[in-house]
Amino acid sequence: MRDAFFRTLVELASEDERVIFITGDLGFKLVNEFATRFPTRFFNAGVAEANMVSVAAGLALSGKIPFVYSIVPFITARCVEQIRNDLCNMGAPVIVVGVGGGYSYGENGPTHHGIDDIALMRAIPEMTVVCPCDPVEAADAMRALVAYGKPAYLRLGRAGERSLPRCNGYFELGRPSLVRTGEDIAIVASGAITSEALNAADKLNETGIDVAVWSLHTVKPIESSVSIIAQARYRLVIAVEEHGPCGGMTEALSARMHEVSSGTRVARITAPDTFTHPVGSQGTLRKTAHLDADGIAERVLTLVGGKN
Amino acid sequence: MKTYTDAEIADETLIRMASRIRAHVVTMSSRARAPHVASALSCVDILVALYFKVAQIYPADPQRLDRDRIILSKGHACAALYACLSERGYFSIRNLELFAQEGTAFALHPSRKLDYGIEATTGSLGHGLGIGTGMALASQIDGHESKVFVVLSDGECNEGSVWEAAMWAPSKRLFNLVAVVDYNKLQAIGRCSEVTGIDPLPAKWEAFGWDVVEVDGHDLVALVRSLTTTHSTKPRAVIAHTTKGKGVSFMENDIEWHYRPPSEEDLDRALLELGVVL
Repeated sequence: MRDAFFRTLVELASEDERVIFITGDLGFKLVNEFATRFPTRFFNAGVAEANMVSVAAGLALSGKIPFVYSIVPFITARCVEQIRNDLCNMGAPVIVVGVGGGYSYGENGPTHHGIDDIALMRAIPEMTVVCPCDPVEAADAMRALVAYGKPAYLRLGRAGERSLPRCNGYFELGRPSLVRTGEDIAIVASGAITSEALNAADKLNETGIDVAVWSLHTVKPIESSVSIIAQARYRLVIAVEEHGPCGGMTEALSARMHEVSSGTRVARITAPDTFTHPVGSQGTLRKTAHLDADGIAERVLTLVGGKN
Repeated sequence: MKTYTDAEIADETLIRMASRIRAHVVTMSSRARAPHVASALSCVDILVALYFKVAQIYPADPQRLDRDRIILSKGHACAALYACLSERGYFSIRNLELFAQEGTAFALHPSRKLDYGIEATTGSLGHGLGIGTGMALASQIDGHESKVFVVLSDGECNEGSVWEAAMWAPSKRLFNLVAVVDYNKLQAIGRCSEVTGIDPLPAKWEAFGWDVVEVDGHDLVALVRSLTTTHSTKPRAVIAHTTKGKGVSFMENDIEWHYRPPSEEDLDRALLELGVVL
């Protein structure tokens, strides 16, 4: 997904001279093509994320479309107030890019884990939050956000995510992607964890349980996405997110679904509300949190009461 | 950029305008029972120099792309900003009566509204210099000759984000960026030098790569000079030595007036001292 980001960034910059890229001293070699092709529109803000966001605000208020880029906690928690006041409060169209959602930076330890970023970004008024599930959706989201003209947070994975199937055509902000069709039960995921959800659905299919999988990429505003999913009248929706239980997509989905479709039961699978101390890779940490395909499948089986 | 003789700068109009702005500030603060009157009085001459002499701005065409930008990063001194903008013609002077009134656009801290000449929403300290840095950068990218002026408070220099911007802007050779520090030596509840190790402030900016000019922040001639000349590569930091509460004797250098709103009696005394009838 990270490679798709840089590839698309170069495309967007060649199409639109307002596009500017600022990195918080990250992306060794990855930034090279952009920096070489667009030297006047590439900036390294240094290890100073708060200033990077304010500078981007100034650029955006002068007609530019800046992308600012760092690891999830550094570009979100570190500079929440700059995002709140300088971007959202002034409507400065800056695309805040967090690389390494969830446990992407597993072995780096909890300082690098992105398990509270969605909550922080969702809480800010007039913010838009987008978590693409794969490289294709990441590229589509970037194009949509450049055209969108409002501040947004884009959360990326970094693990070489595979491209997932699409069953409902085109990309549009606020319109979730149907990754796998199914009736009665749906797994709704956000971000790179969607591929684990799809694997879980495939496993469940082997046991005779047919499960749809959605990528709910536009986490905020969430209303239209929930309406679309509610229209399918699933008996059970399992919301899955590589993020803590507080304030993320699963919480938002659950609350909204309750408002619009009382007949749909919503269960949630999230990362725990803890910092993970023993060292672990993303795979290990997902497994511990029951966020891997096996964990998700087991949870669905429990919820539907055995193997039907 | 136009250069001025001392006489041209220190003409009576500019000096009278500074007194008028001070009279507005005290009147607005008294009427609204608003805090920060002394902070606003402190930066009046800086703002008058910028809005009435230095900055190339166009109240009739407020969004002109090649305009200079002025950011009041010490947003709590907003009464002085509104007074300057109204006297400069961005909106009716009668609107100053709406300061901090319900349902109006005039909060105690400014919100970006280009029609009114307000370039940035401020109020939380430590944001304006970074925003101004981005605007100065955009101006260079676009090949405009516009300059960006950011007015900071000394207490604001406690914020780490000020120094993030201060360290980055010189590396981009933003000679079109000017930071003006309203250095009145008093912050909200204490003397700056006692709250943090702010001194030596000019040396700090110099060490960060800025072209530093120290001026008497109530000397309009010195201010205009420091704001009109530029270094060929470095951004400029104008360290403006000021007096908190300047112009109203009983408010000067008295920390009480950071928060205390002027009573009607205070207002009468202040207007008498300022010799202004609004």
